Amino acid sequence: MDKEMAIRKFREIAHNPYGYLQELKTNTGKKMIGSTCAFTPEEFILAAGAHPFRVFGESQSFSGADAHIQAYGCSMVRGMLEDGLSGKLDFLDGVVFPHACDSIQRLSDIWRLNIPSLHFYVLLPVKLDSSLAKSYFLNVLVRFQKDLGKALDTTITERNLKEATVLMNNMRRRLIRLYQLQSEHPGILTGADLSAMVKASMVMDKREVVDLLDVVLAALSKSPAPDKKIKRILISGSVCSHPDIYKMIENKAAVVVWDDLCSGSRYFEGLADENKNPVQAIAGRFTERYVCPAKHLGVTFQMENLKKLVNEHKIDGILFMLLKFCEPFSFDYPDIKTELEKMEIPFLLVEMDRHNEVDEQMRTRIDTMLEIL
Amino acid sequence: MAERLKATRKMKSIMKWYYIEAKYARYIGKKVAWITSGGPVEPLIAMNIIPVYPENHGAMIGASKMGGRMSEFAEGLGYSSDVCSYTKNDITSSITKESPIKGGLPEPDMLICSNNICGTVLKWYEIQARRFNVPLFIYDTPFVHTEFTDEARGYVNEQTKEYIKFLEKHTGKKFNYKKMQKVGKLSLEAMRLWKNVLETAEHKPSPMTAFDAFFHLALIVTLRGKKVVVKYYRELLKELEERNRNNIGAVDNEKYRLLWDNLPIWFRMRWLSEKFASHQAALVADTYTQAWCGVIDYIDENDFLGSMGEAYTRIHLNVGVDQMADAIKRFIKQYDVDGLVMHSNRSCKPYSFGQYDIQNLLQDEDIPVLMIEADMTDERKFSESQAEARIDAFMEVIKQRRK
Ligand code: SF4
Ligand code: SF4
Repeated sequence: MDKEMAIRKFREIAHNPYGYLQELKTNTGKKMIGSTCAFTPEEFILAAGAHPFRVFGESQSFSGADAHIQAYGCSMVRGMLEDGLSGKLDFLDGVVFPHACDSIQRLSDIWRLNIPSLHFYVLLPVKLDSSLAKSYFLNVLVRFQKDLGKALDTTITERNLKEATVLMNNMRRRLIRLYQLQSEHPGILTGADLSAMVKASMVMDKREVVDLLDVVLAALSKSPAPDKKIKRILISGSVCSHPDIYKMIENKAAVVVWDDLCSGSRYFEGLADENKNPVQAIAGRFTERYVCPAKHLGVTFQMENLKKLVNEHKIDGILFMLLKFCEPFSFDYPDIKTELEKMEIPFLLVEMDRHNEVDEQMRTRIDTMLEIL
Repeated sequence: MAERLKATRKMKSIMKWYYIEAKYARYIGKKVAWITSGGPVEPLIAMNIIPVYPENHGAMIGASKMGGRMSEFAEGLGYSSDVCSYTKNDITSSITKESPIKGGLPEPDMLICSNNICGTVLKWYEIQARRFNVPLFIYDTPFVHTEFTDEARGYVNEQTKEYIKFLEKHTGKKFNYKKMQKVGKLSLEAMRLWKNVLETAEHKPSPMTAFDAFFHLALIVTLRGKKVVVKYYRELLKELEERNRNNIGAVDNEKYRLLWDNLPIWFRMRWLSEKFASHQAALVADTYTQAWCGVIDYIDENDFLGSMGEAYTRIHLNVGVDQMADAIKRFIKQYDVDGLVMHSNRSCKPYSFGQYDIQNLLQDEDIPVLMIEADMTDERKFSESQAEARIDAFMEVIKQRRK
């Protein structure tokens, strides 16, 4: 397999994730366990011999979800519910709800009451910066380990868990490397492809991901780096998988060299410590590095993290992509905005729904920001 | 319509006095803590710290019809138009000092935030912790979708201890456990009295409506644990019982009894109350004000500190939708209501998402449900004509069923 084929495969799966999963289930007979937030400790699912994947909210119309969640719910939550109600997820055996935002908590209740499948809570703490919260976090994971094992009629052993941790880390290392390459040689991949690769990684068999990423990484390390002068963009927010946006940016001699997105780096950043007891290692990864505005890690964490990214990746401009009606992300924005103004870093806020077309107005705003960089 | 409750005036003075004391806290050597409406206030009272509730302030802003304008100001700063208006009102007020209280709320020395009502307060208090540069304590209450787990119990109980250490650190004083015992008992007593107050509405005709409850709620929210609260609710209870003995209803010729779900629509209280009264309908109970007495059973009178973790974790907004539906079912029976009015509140997602499923879970109750789209303080999100048409149609259904 060559690089082009590997990327094409990623693209196909990102385009039709549920088709892939259906087929995977037919071929392997594995139990399919969906997750609704990047805080899902997928290692446990792997260790139980099941297949973890992310429920994306692929649906674009919400006729079923409308009967359960008001129109002022974000399109992620409404989309996920629609996926579940409409039969798109018929292959699903179970779903994991980590404590995330208010909307996801209620989605969890609504899901449990309407979609028959196994249902797991991971009642994580919200504050992550106290030793008490950390030990509670561990207890929550131990419970998840037991609940999951029991429901799937298996025992999740430490050995399996360790293997799963190594496998997840292997995937994460490769995704991190891919992002680093894009930051070192902007344009080495198109933003749309890179975004599709991360999305597909959330769906696919992790070993397959590792193999395909190896193919891509090997080829990229040999390919000459583009050395055009470009503007370096960071995308920050919850989700962005609009291929159009990446293309628009690239048309203006700019490249997204890093992101701070649930659909991007937040999925794979941070490694679990392979020398530790695996449950501790998994908890450590979440509590020590995790950046999610629905969690608390001090009052300036988001801002500091963004500044760090700006410096590390020599960012020229930031695009905030927020979903309409999203509380956690949007409450952080104004203070960050003030800070960025002081630092004189150009930025733009785009509020949209998950599957909105990029309309003329948005295009003009993005173009204008890129032009002034 | 029945006369105004006499207690109303007294309540106004108590609240006024409370805000004056809070304003001058610095001069009398007291500290001010801002705290969320579901937050554990009793340890503050035991420490002589004055609790201030931005949400109560938000309600006042809403009732004074300043909410839309103040939300709009915050939106100008970059806050989204689709998020909780209490938060936006508070952010605006702390910058512009605009408020129904002269000069706005006294600035906090510390912030106490419990996420048992929502995750929004976490963001809100982070914002204010940055603005005022004061310490923030988070009382983190794991969600009880179906079960209150042992590890959650351990976690909240340990946080109670952490909370006390935090208070000791930031006041430089030792925690007074003896006083806490008293405060705990008074708090529980106030909750029991509040429960009794609400239960007087079981009587037909009901001596009070949910609109009265929304108003008289302020004390149990802000000052529970203080004697004055107990005293006040005793008087209020007496007055209501007196009405019941004389069969005085809050609504003239009460014929229909309704249950309200979600926060009030603060800026249309009078209009709504008159609207329903014109149909001879009384909103006799609501899920919102019940939240301040819903967890009495979890509190151990002799060990308030040891049991408050569970009580604060299991409040109405921190449990699964099916448990919320169960509570509604209980109220339907207890208050013998003819219909349910749900406020679909654009500000409050944790209260509003799930309302449709609650309706489904109520199918066996065979009870008409009306959903009103609004916001608790933002008038811009409310259409009076639409609400009016829907209320009229809903009442028509209820009247038909009675025939
Ligand atoms: S986009 Fe915001 S509101 Fe929607 S699921 Fe994510 S955090 Fe929650
Ligand atoms: S109205 Fe709802 S979202 Fe706003 S602070 Fe209260 S509970 Fe939280």
